[in-house]
Amino acid sequence: MLQDKDRIFTNLYGHEPWNLDAAMKRGDWDGTKELLAKGRDWIISEMKESGLRGRGGAGFPTGLKWSFMPKESDGRPSYLVVNADEGEPGTCKDRDLMRHDPHKLIEGCLIAGFAMNAVAAYIYIRGEFYREAEVLNAAIEEARAKGFLGKNACGSGYDFDVHVHRGAGAYICGEETALIESLEGKKGQPRLKPPFPANVGVWGCPTTVNNVESIAVAPTILRRGASWFAGLGRENNTGTKVFCISGHVNNPCNVEEEMGIPLKELIEKHAGGVRGGWDNLLAVIPGGSSVPVLPKEICDTVRMDFDSLRDVQSGLGTAAVIVMDKSTDIVKAIARLSEFYKHESCGQCTPCREGTGWMWRVMERLVVGKADKEEIDMLLDVTKQIEGHTICALGDAAAWPIQGLMRHFRHEVEARIDAYHAKAAE
Amino acid sequence: MSTAEKKGFCWTKENEALAQHHIAKYPEGRQQSAVMPLLDIAQRQNGGHVTVEIMEYIADYLDMPAIRVQEVATFYTMYNHRPIGKHHVQVCGTTPCWLRGSDKILAAIEAHLGIKKGETTADGLFTLGEVECAGACVNAPVVSIGDDYFEDLSPERVTEILDMIKDGKDVVAGPQNGRQTSAPLGELTSLTEFVEKA
Repeated sequence: MLQDKDRIFTNLYGHEPWNLDAAMKRGDWDGTKELLAKGRDWIISEMKESGLRGRGGAGFPTGLKWSFMPKESDGRPSYLVVNADEGEPGTCKDRDLMRHDPHKLIEGCLIAGFAMNAVAAYIYIRGEFYREAEVLNAAIEEARAKGFLGKNACGSGYDFDVHVHRGAGAYICGEETALIESLEGKKGQPRLKPPFPANVGVWGCPTTVNNVESIAVAPTILRRGASWFAGLGRENNTGTKVFCISGHVNNPCNVEEEMGIPLKELIEKHAGGVRGGWDNLLAVIPGGSSVPVLPKEICDTVRMDFDSLRDVQSGLGTAAVIVMDKSTDIVKAIARLSEFYKHESCGQCTPCREGTGWMWRVMERLVVGKADKEEIDMLLDVTKQIEGHTICALGDAAAWPIQGLMRHFRHEVEARIDAYHAKAAE
Repeated sequence: MSTAEKKGFCWTKENEALAQHHIAKYPEGRQQSAVMPLLDIAQRQNGGHVTVEIMEYIADYLDMPAIRVQEVATFYTMYNHRPIGKHHVQVCGTTPCWLRGSDKILAAIEAHLGIKKGETTADGLFTLGEVECAGACVNAPVVSIGDDYFEDLSPERVTEILDMIKDGKDVVAGPQNGRQTSAPLGELTSLTEFVEKA
């Protein structure tokens, strides 16, 4: 279990104020100028050494991503964009980082922006997080007033500013190119890649989009050293991670833990255990709504990191652990996610626009068993026709929960169909 | 006087300044980026929804085609195109909230206010809607009212809150079961060292 001394977000729950004075007492903005003086190459190489993988879901190595940005400007400015459009069902970690520890994110923006030669950062925060945006804006004002941002930020000789851009209720804007479109004042429909944002991003300029947590951990990693972060967790899955534990547990909570912690330990130590005890567990969605559900047998032993969860055909995603006990109608739980994806499809690609609605309608029939068993395979076939055939990953995200359901709970779906037909025959 | 002003919408002095503050965040010539914050400001000024006149006004203001403003205003769910009540009540019903009883929360609100999803109370105080994952899943079930989240709700508590709002009383947003934000209820399992020092 992670010790408090190795926790990065020491004000995760907001027991102390978020403001600059309190943040500085917690160690934020300590020697930022000296960190910047070590240069871009040093920052990027430390980030690579730390092994940090992106905390927004895909797990792409953060230092490597930063290194894709042009070292010299061709006349166009570069930008850092922070993805704070947190909306993956189950996920509510970035909200805490922004409302309780905003200065970690703002300092991270300066450091990451400097490392990528960016002129400014835009934090794209979901529109519903109105109060969180207020805190961020106020914290940015504090940092500007203190000379930490703006001209000659932190006395580094580097000019850099941070701005907040509020979304307005569209899950798809969490996809990086949709987010960029939205930041340009358009509807949030993903762009075809290539060109990748590092070449052509916001306003046609080189852009890197990073998750809030990926940016907010950077200052601490650089201060404490890449080897400290790399020494936590497991190989290729290093460091700490903020987990969100929701659903049927006694004490739902967010908590920062070590990567690779066993799922069972995570739930029992921090969330007060499964409602009714571990044996009352039915299934867990381990990384936000997009990743396939896992039955209890796998939950008994699986570790919470990118590679361990990939090995059981699921994923760490955003590390949002949705726990379901034996009282759960698992078919309905997944059908509700299908409804979510149908609602959030941007409509640009036909397989997703038509497929998400089609899958949801079939799922709703499966909830009551009003279907033929052949339709299960037909549904799985449709998920395969959507997966990988759309511009962005929303189609995949809509397909995977259904594939996970059928992989582990097909017997439940079939039993429901049998029961429905038996009743109809009476 | 521009056509839009003739039609009856114009920034208040404060909102004009706010609009300019947002436009200044973006590089020169990229003022279209401010369309989302401007629609939000205009919606608030107009009492909760945007109109064709407002969209045309913002198009003029940002020097962009009106159809582009309309595209944005209809793509994002937080822009309302019909009048809404003074308090916009939105129940989250996505799986993490549903597992913690959001159906009962919705039913309690519908019964208490006498309206269904998408409707507004006769006194114009409340409009009821649903939000897709509010992003506060460890504090489920969650209802947003205006700009605030009310968390860890029970059907009884949510009706109490609605009554308090109706009576003009202050209600403290956030968790309604006494816990500290997203920390586990009861004993802390982490950060004890820091919280005790504070």
